[in-house]
Amino acid sequence: MDDKVIQLQSLTKRFPVGNGYFTALTDINLELQKGEFAGLVGPSGSGKTTLLNIIGSLDVPSEGTATVLGNSIAQLSQKQAAHLRNHHIGFIFQTYNLLPVYTVYENVEFALLLQNMSANDRRKSVMQALEWVGLTDKEKSKPSMLSGGECQRVAIARSMVKKPQIVLADEPTANLDSKNSHHILQTMQTLNEELGVTFVFSTHDEKVMQYLKRKISLADGRVVKDETVMADSV
Amino acid sequence: MIKFLLKGILRDKSRSLLPVVVVSLGVFLTVFMSGWMKGVFGDMIDMNANYTMGHVKVMTRAYADNEAQIPNDLALLEVSELINQLSADYPDMEWVRRIQFGGLLDVPDKNGETRAQGPAAGRAVDLLSPDSKEAERLNIPKSIVKGQMPQSPGEVLISDEFAERFDVNIGDEISILGSTMYGSMVVPTFKVAGTLNFGMAMLDRGAIIMDITDAEMAFDMTDAAGEVLGYFKSGLYDDEQALIVRDAFNQKHSDTDDEFAPIMQRLRDEPSLKQYLNMADNMSAMMVMIFVIAMSIVLWNTGLLGGLRRYTEYGVRLALGEEKSHIFRTIIYEAMIIGSIGSIVGSIFGIAVSYYLQENGIDFSALMENVTMMMPTVYRAKVTPELFYIGFIPGLLAMTLGNALAGYAIYKRKTAQLFKELEV
Repeated sequence: MDDKVIQLQSLTKRFPVGNGYFTALTDINLELQKGEFAGLVGPSGSGKTTLLNIIGSLDVPSEGTATVLGNSIAQLSQKQAAHLRNHHIGFIFQTYNLLPVYTVYENVEFALLLQNMSANDRRKSVMQALEWVGLTDKEKSKPSMLSGGECQRVAIARSMVKKPQIVLADEPTANLDSKNSHHILQTMQTLNEELGVTFVFSTHDEKVMQYLKRKISLADGRVVKDETVMADSV
Repeated sequence: MIKFLLKGILRDKSRSLLPVVVVSLGVFLTVFMSGWMKGVFGDMIDMNANYTMGHVKVMTRAYADNEAQIPNDLALLEVSELINQLSADYPDMEWVRRIQFGGLLDVPDKNGETRAQGPAAGRAVDLLSPDSKEAERLNIPKSIVKGQMPQSPGEVLISDEFAERFDVNIGDEISILGSTMYGSMVVPTFKVAGTLNFGMAMLDRGAIIMDITDAEMAFDMTDAAGEVLGYFKSGLYDDEQALIVRDAFNQKHSDTDDEFAPIMQRLRDEPSLKQYLNMADNMSAMMVMIFVIAMSIVLWNTGLLGGLRRYTEYGVRLALGEEKSHIFRTIIYEAMIIGSIGSIVGSIFGIAVSYYLQENGIDFSALMENVTMMMPTVYRAKVTPELFYIGFIPGLLAMTLGNALAGYAIYKRKTAQLFKELEV
């Protein structure tokens, strides 16, 4: 079986600005294998988030192709793209973006509600995801009662609960202190190793870079360096 | 998913409380105003029907042409036969005779000399027949301030205001300077059995109420009547049925040029009342329309503000794999839930306040001393079955429409653009 989960070929992305266009990504060619722990590294404005959004089927390339889990992103209908995100792709955001009026349990459960899973199966999956991130005792807490690190762990549980093949993490440690950052990254690293989930980060945080097994450096919308890092460097 | 949405609505007060308050307030105003107008218009319609117009009214053609002058010389004759015929033709209606008259009310002193005089507007109705409903129809027993109902011929009721002004007491004799239907002057004398206050400025200024047989005797109108009024036995005015009855009757009596031939009018044919009834019909529809438009604008704004506040949530939901159309649908479901709650609360309060004002009313008598229209001085709301839905449906509609407009902006965005805007 083909282990390539993400294939980007001659990918270019332009955004209309005034009468012209702003080119955010130019001629990106990348392949990511199942189980990679990779990061898109670069300064703000280098195109990391745009690339992450295309991989996450939230956006489409202007030129070239982006194939995720065998699906050509540009060819997907809205419904198909939503289905891909709902079943196979998890998102982790810089600001956690937990729904404040819901409990930890309900936040994690939401993705499964969209899959019409039975209440019993949902309960099992949610508790398992909370166990992965060590928050089973906080299932009834609201996000406002949690620390930043705990919130991000809930966000990881939310992204992992549906057992996705790919997790896209956009600056996941940007709002965390050093201790919490390492804790979060270790959790993700464990999930990557134990479950074989492909993690793709967008980051310019040195702490994250220490954990990456592959660093793809972007500058001005182009891949300027693509290097594999030794696993024991952390 | 519905359970999930309900939890969100219940826990997020700013998502639910403000819209519920806005919808409740709007629905309350709609229900209350509708009940109030129904009551006020209904009171005026009933009053006109009971006191002057009936649900339908039969007069001679000549009388109808000069109705404002109360021309008893043009009154209907052989009224008993006419009423028998009407009762046979329209068994669902009750037919009664009425005589209206004007004159000078003369209050004599101990020596029989005029002590005081004032203009009077008299009304003769059937007060003494045991099965007559006329006293109740005119609310006479409840309007008596002093004394009692006439018990025998020759006894009359006069307005309490009149009695106070001219110092007339119960048992005093009064005379009326008037004319017979044949034009001769008459000065019949009556005994005051009681005084009354109708609560209508126009009537209370100089009212005399007497039994119809007394009027027949006094004004030489044996088996004659200025007007024969018809009332639906249900007590409720039915405009469509009244139209059928009127047209059938007038058709039957159309084949003549006799100016004394009878002609029938329905309540709505009275010119000022026609406008009034039309206004009553249009007012509720206008209220509801204004409410829906105004509330939609307000709730659109509320929906937009709520939508802006929840942009991040929508973005996260998109990222988690929820379709835009599903998000849009949940916005509508939420609006329907909140709209229903607000509409129920508003309807309950609106009906409760309407019921209170139906039982107690508001007394405007101090503001209506010089009013010449036949209007009640105590206004009441009226609780009708219509109130149970007249606010509820627009409340639900406005909330749903407002949020649909707000949600449409989200729905129409490209996913990528939306995701960017959603500040995730």
